[in-house]
Amino acid sequence: MTDTVLKMQGIAKSFGGTHALKGINFELKAGEIHALLGENGAGKSTLIKVLGGIHKPDKGEIHIEGKLADISSVQSARDYGIGIIHQEIVLVPELSVAENIFLGREPVTKWGFKDKKKIINQAKQMVEQLGLDIDVSTHVGELTVAQQQLVEIVKAISFNVKILVMDEPTSSLSDEEVNHLFVTMEKLRKQNVGIIYISHRLEELFKMSDRITVIRDGSYVGTTKTSKIDAEGLVAMMVGRELGSFYPRTYSVQEDEVLRVENLSRDKVVKNVSFRVRKGEILGFSGLVGAGRSELMETIFGAYRNTDGKVTLNGELVNFKNCIQAIEKGIAMVPEDRKRQGLVLENSVGFNITLANLGNLMQNGLIVSEKKRNELIKKYIKDLNIKTASADIAVSSLSGGNQQKVVIAKWLATKPKLLILDEPTRGVDVGARAEIYAIINQLAKEGLAIIMVSSDLPEIINMCDSICVMRNGELVAQLDKSDMTQENIMRYATGG
Amino acid sequence: MNTKTVNPVMGMLKNNAGIIVVLLILCVILSIASPVFLTTDNLISVLRQVSNNVFLALGMTLIMILGGIDLSVGAIVAVSGTLTVGLIVNNGLPIPIAILCGILIGVAVGFLNGLIIAKFKLPAFIVTLATMNIASGIAYIYSGGRSTRITDSAFTSIGTGKLFGFIPLPVIYMIIFIIIFMVVLNKTKFGTNIYAIGGNREAARLSGVPSMKVEITVYTIAGLLAAIAGIVLAARMYSGQPSVGSGYEMDAIAACVLGGVSMAGGRGRISGTIFGVLIIGVVSNGLNLMGVSSFWQLLIKGLIILIAVLIDAQKGKKLPFSFKLAK
Repeated sequence: MTDTVLKMQGIAKSFGGTHALKGINFELKAGEIHALLGENGAGKSTLIKVLGGIHKPDKGEIHIEGKLADISSVQSARDYGIGIIHQEIVLVPELSVAENIFLGREPVTKWGFKDKKKIINQAKQMVEQLGLDIDVSTHVGELTVAQQQLVEIVKAISFNVKILVMDEPTSSLSDEEVNHLFVTMEKLRKQNVGIIYISHRLEELFKMSDRITVIRDGSYVGTTKTSKIDAEGLVAMMVGRELGSFYPRTYSVQEDEVLRVENLSRDKVVKNVSFRVRKGEILGFSGLVGAGRSELMETIFGAYRNTDGKVTLNGELVNFKNCIQAIEKGIAMVPEDRKRQGLVLENSVGFNITLANLGNLMQNGLIVSEKKRNELIKKYIKDLNIKTASADIAVSSLSGGNQQKVVIAKWLATKPKLLILDEPTRGVDVGARAEIYAIINQLAKEGLAIIMVSSDLPEIINMCDSICVMRNGELVAQLDKSDMTQENIMRYATGG
Repeated sequence: MNTKTVNPVMGMLKNNAGIIVVLLILCVILSIASPVFLTTDNLISVLRQVSNNVFLALGMTLIMILGGIDLSVGAIVAVSGTLTVGLIVNNGLPIPIAILCGILIGVAVGFLNGLIIAKFKLPAFIVTLATMNIASGIAYIYSGGRSTRITDSAFTSIGTGKLFGFIPLPVIYMIIFIIIFMVVLNKTKFGTNIYAIGGNREAARLSGVPSMKVEITVYTIAGLLAAIAGIVLAARMYSGQPSVGSGYEMDAIAACVLGGVSMAGGRGRISGTIFGVLIIGVVSNGLNLMGVSSFWQLLIKGLIILIAVLIDAQKGKKLPFSFKLAK
């Protein structure tokens, strides 16, 4: 169990003038789960691309099972037994699970036709070997994202991998699905596969990994046994300084009620939900994926017509027909899916920051004042510490954390009274996360009422004054500070 | 949409560097091939010839940035011209009223396009293909397929008149519309909303952009412009012809694409489109001067569009030859 299967030494790679990797060391043992941690842009994906034969390193050596390896192409990486599961799923939805696994290397009959029987049988064997419950003849398009991810793993393993790289495999999975993935990883570990695991979720790393290697700005920071370090220590390694308190929450709840929701229902996804939010309060919403949290928020925000119930905002009964009315009355919503719902990706940072607020930037009722616009953009780039080369570059070129700050800036510019944050730190690296928490805390202190929907339990427990737990569209519990534990939340969320 | 104060003229030149190079090369070739090309008279006549396509391409630019397309504008040119001339000549309507009717029919078709596309979420291609046939059909039914002559100079001077005795009025209209459209697209909330919807419809909606209103307005504007183009054209040709305008929509789309407007929506500039129109116009003019037959002109125009788009597609990629400016 202790043979070193992969050893990367002094890997360096530059693109033009920028040094993406400056001498990285990385070692992986057979049957080990080794986490690779670093902020976005630290060089994780470049390192993985070097391993996968996509980039050729300028310097450094890669040894596989003790022998010097020359990984010159994607094909040769595969020949060395390296399998990579990328963040985005790359399966053909119209083909069956079995066909996807054997895509491009289908066994053929003596007549030259595709040997369907053999494909199905072999695929079945592989799936069973991992103890998965997936029918190999179903079309991939009919599977859930989690199941598709498992198919990706089966496909990778079918190449007899010794080294498996998993790049943020859990970012779009529910907790239950994550657990299933972990069980599969354990099985692979028993088969002596070495796993390189990339994730921003620290709890996962602590739960699953044996060792953790941290890189920062392309440099190797260190490797540590997981059992010998805590979250604060890891964060300090990643950002290169002590972050102080990661969750900087100060209590700031005032008595004035901002939002009151009574018996709100929408079709079958939100059922009879009641709650209230006060000034300066951060109210959390927890629950499994599909529990109706996002749907509830969209209903409050007017993105869908609410079918039943009462919403009172600042003492005024409201019934929004669309988002425009909700925004006018002072509601802002940072949506769940930043890329799909939050940003116009190919447009500039400035464009996105001012998008919801142009009405207030007019110089004569018709023309947008360039001066007011630029002042606003400058203010928010500075206030939220948005790291961007200029306000004119496409927002898609920013890191996830900075993209999220742009979305938050867009909404703060509308001067809201109620801010809804749906998964505010999804896909955001630890450094930017800490900054976003500080921003949220500051906003609450200034008297903003905040609703925070999150699947990240430590985050929601540490940031919120009270947590509503939803299950199947119903609000099943509202937990006070003293009752907020992961166990409690999960018990209500699963109904267990 | 810059936050730094960049000289707008320099910015425009830089953004359109690739297409400007293509245009200059064409002008050099044509001025060598034909001594008439670079004369003031000819250049003014080029401007007059392209004005018609500018009307259509301005509307098309907004629509394509929105992520849509409008095939009906050519047919609107025909129906508005035919109707306006017919109402004056056959029904004896006062000229302003007839013009108003011609404009209204264009606005109506544009509004119908926008309403159906926005409300029922149908593909713009199919909806405008249908309204193209409807508008064209109305023009033929109304006129019985015949062209109607008009000689009343109060009407024809709209298209043939000249400012200061040498600048054709259509060129003046064109310049006014270009300025209006540049301001609308770059300086107003409406313009920003068009980019937002074309770039990410869902994000725009959740940011409070009234997407349905914007979409309907944009198609209506395109209909309005096409109707104006139809009336100006009829005045210039001294007749309302139901067969005019077929294929105009393709010239407008080609101009937009040449000018860097994305077929997928979200990107594009008025200045780019204008240069696109100029390339198409200069090529037709030059080939006419050289006495090239119209059959050959079609083929050459197609090739030039293809080459120009290929060059433009190299933006951001490795540049094959010295088109570094295009970056």
